[in-house]
Amino acid sequence: MKMNLECPVPQFDFDHINLGHGSGGILTHKLLNSGVFEVLKNPLLDQQHDGAIIDLHGKLAISTDSYVVSPIFFPGGNIGDLAINGTVNDLAMCGASARYLTLSFILEEGLSMEEFKQVLMSIKKAADLSGVEIVTGDTKVVQKGKGDKIFINTTGVGVVHPHTDIRHQRVEEGDVVLLSGPIAAHGVAIMSLREGLEFETTVESDTCSLKNPVLALLDYLGKDVHFLRDATRGGLASVLNELSEITGLGIDIRQGDIAVAEEVSGACEMLGLDPLYVANEGVFVAVVKAERAEEALTILKIHNSCTKAAAIGSITSEHRGKVVMKSKIGGSRVVNFLQGEQLPRIC
Amino acid sequence: MKHLDEYRDPHLFDVLMQEIHKKVSKPWTLMEICGGQTHSLVKNGIVDLLPKEITLVHGPGCPVCVTSLGVIDEAIHLALRQDVILCSYGDMLRVPGSHLSLLEVKAKGADVRILYSPLEAVQLALANPEKQVVFFAVGFETTAPANALAVVHADKVNAENFSILASHVLVPPAMEAILSDPENKIDGFLAAGHVCTIMGLDEYYPIAEKYKCPIVVTGFEPIDLLQGILMTVTQLEEGRYEVENQYVRSVQQEGNLVARQTLKDVFEVSDKVWRGIGPIPMSGFEVRDRYKRFNARVKFDLNLDTVDEDKDCISGAIMKGLKKPMDCPNFGVRCKPEHPLGAPMVSSEGACAAYYHYSSAWNNAKIEVQ
Repeated sequence: MKMNLECPVPQFDFDHINLGHGSGGILTHKLLNSGVFEVLKNPLLDQQHDGAIIDLHGKLAISTDSYVVSPIFFPGGNIGDLAINGTVNDLAMCGASARYLTLSFILEEGLSMEEFKQVLMSIKKAADLSGVEIVTGDTKVVQKGKGDKIFINTTGVGVVHPHTDIRHQRVEEGDVVLLSGPIAAHGVAIMSLREGLEFETTVESDTCSLKNPVLALLDYLGKDVHFLRDATRGGLASVLNELSEITGLGIDIRQGDIAVAEEVSGACEMLGLDPLYVANEGVFVAVVKAERAEEALTILKIHNSCTKAAAIGSITSEHRGKVVMKSKIGGSRVVNFLQGEQLPRIC
Repeated sequence: MKHLDEYRDPHLFDVLMQEIHKKVSKPWTLMEICGGQTHSLVKNGIVDLLPKEITLVHGPGCPVCVTSLGVIDEAIHLALRQDVILCSYGDMLRVPGSHLSLLEVKAKGADVRILYSPLEAVQLALANPEKQVVFFAVGFETTAPANALAVVHADKVNAENFSILASHVLVPPAMEAILSDPENKIDGFLAAGHVCTIMGLDEYYPIAEKYKCPIVVTGFEPIDLLQGILMTVTQLEEGRYEVENQYVRSVQQEGNLVARQTLKDVFEVSDKVWRGIGPIPMSGFEVRDRYKRFNARVKFDLNLDTVDEDKDCISGAIMKGLKKPMDCPNFGVRCKPEHPLGAPMVSSEGACAAYYHYSSAWNNAKIEVQ
């Protein structure tokens, strides 16, 4: 891979993480100096301080998230790129361009350095792709059994795009609901690994940075983008229900316009899951002024992560507080919030 | 998706729907037996598109819903034992027993695992010889063969620490219980396609004959359901009461002979208590003596007291088709999926939960109330 040639691959003289690596002593020093600082190198991080002093202007957005995905490696990514993309995307949904990230590891005693290294390299790659710098962080080690290999927290700061105003209060009747791509890939990728299920084609997680398509959308549409939200945990259904509830407006969606990749849809059938509720890591919903919807789709489709962007419905003053979906065969049903965890059905 | 899109084709759907509208001349009440059919009918919004003359009532074919409170308590009792790993299909976990659900005892630290196949539980037993692995074997004739096979397999590989807590129920006795109820309103049945894939059609001829009631074995996709409804309505309009097979791509006259033989080897027919309905004679499967060392009830000497259902739950009337979920004063008020009073609100296949989640009628009614 190209990245491996460009990035210094860290060299560690130990095979596994032990409690000493979190002690703050010589082992911590070694772990950071021979690995983390070298890979993520930038002038702010090079200060090796517990905090970072940054210089940003304008309206700022801040977001934090913790990543505990299990297993930490999955088709299409790992916990490292997930931790970068997730926070970058949360900032993008505020209409902000992520600039700086903090990075905290909670490592479980016994984690192999090989795995840690791979995660670190993915972090570097994802950060570069999104144009963000990791400026400060923290490393703790917990006893074996008290963690699950790696937990990561990232906090990001970004500059809000000028001339935008992303708030649910701006959503109004007639607005068009856009979906940036096919849904449910991430959840299915993780679930098929957990359940040890093999399908003819491997389902890959959709984890990716949404920064560029969102910024492009804002460049062109400005204040005509009323609302943005990435459809992560709880899937598309949860985002739409939250929006409907908080605005007090109704949402109509069309099942036929919601893309689900064939292998994902097949896996959902087998696992007894509804793709509307399955997690995504690279899909967002944009609510835009109706007259600008076509233009918005043209802009989104230029970006690799959004080639299958589509208008899936609209905001209505009918059935307030409810999401109603027209099924492919013409019936309609209410799409509710998920109750608890989505559990596989018996038959 | 191949093998699915054909049965969700909007054009064919319209054609069939028009046929049904043309065919119906008077009111008919049909019952779809299987929870999977209920789920599909409501999820695809089919119910609202049917002619008003057709009333669909949702039958007792949701295994999660009809598993008696006592059996769930047995599972919870086992899960709470330190030496037991209790394995179950996912949606059994949320079903409330008399005090707790399996999900709640799992949160308290019990080793409860969600599996997709009972054979995985046998593997788990082999990998954990110091533990007792119990598979919570619920379901109709559809899921029973896999559980029977797990017992046969455990016997073959001497997985002595494996057992099943069997709570299998059978469709034909439940149909008879419904039809023989003096208040019965059902004119025709959509029989459960997957049950008949295993068992075949033979058991249904005497029922159709005795109660003069058409029975159409039906699949689960929108096109299957409409075709099944059309075939049933056609029989009713023509005054016929026959057993017909809509689900020909899966159901053969004699069923799956290998599966039936395995069932016969491992299980014997016994009386069962159905949640919400009560005891029905000879309506379920229990593990035969030959395999009793894999029967959790024998192994753990389970003999729990019977418990009463919540008095305010009308699930019995719902599962017999005498009432609709929305007829219940507690529906959506005291009884919701997060706090179910009775089982039909728990499983996504349960009639109450299906209405709660998907039905526009109920959801719009809720909006008007506000």
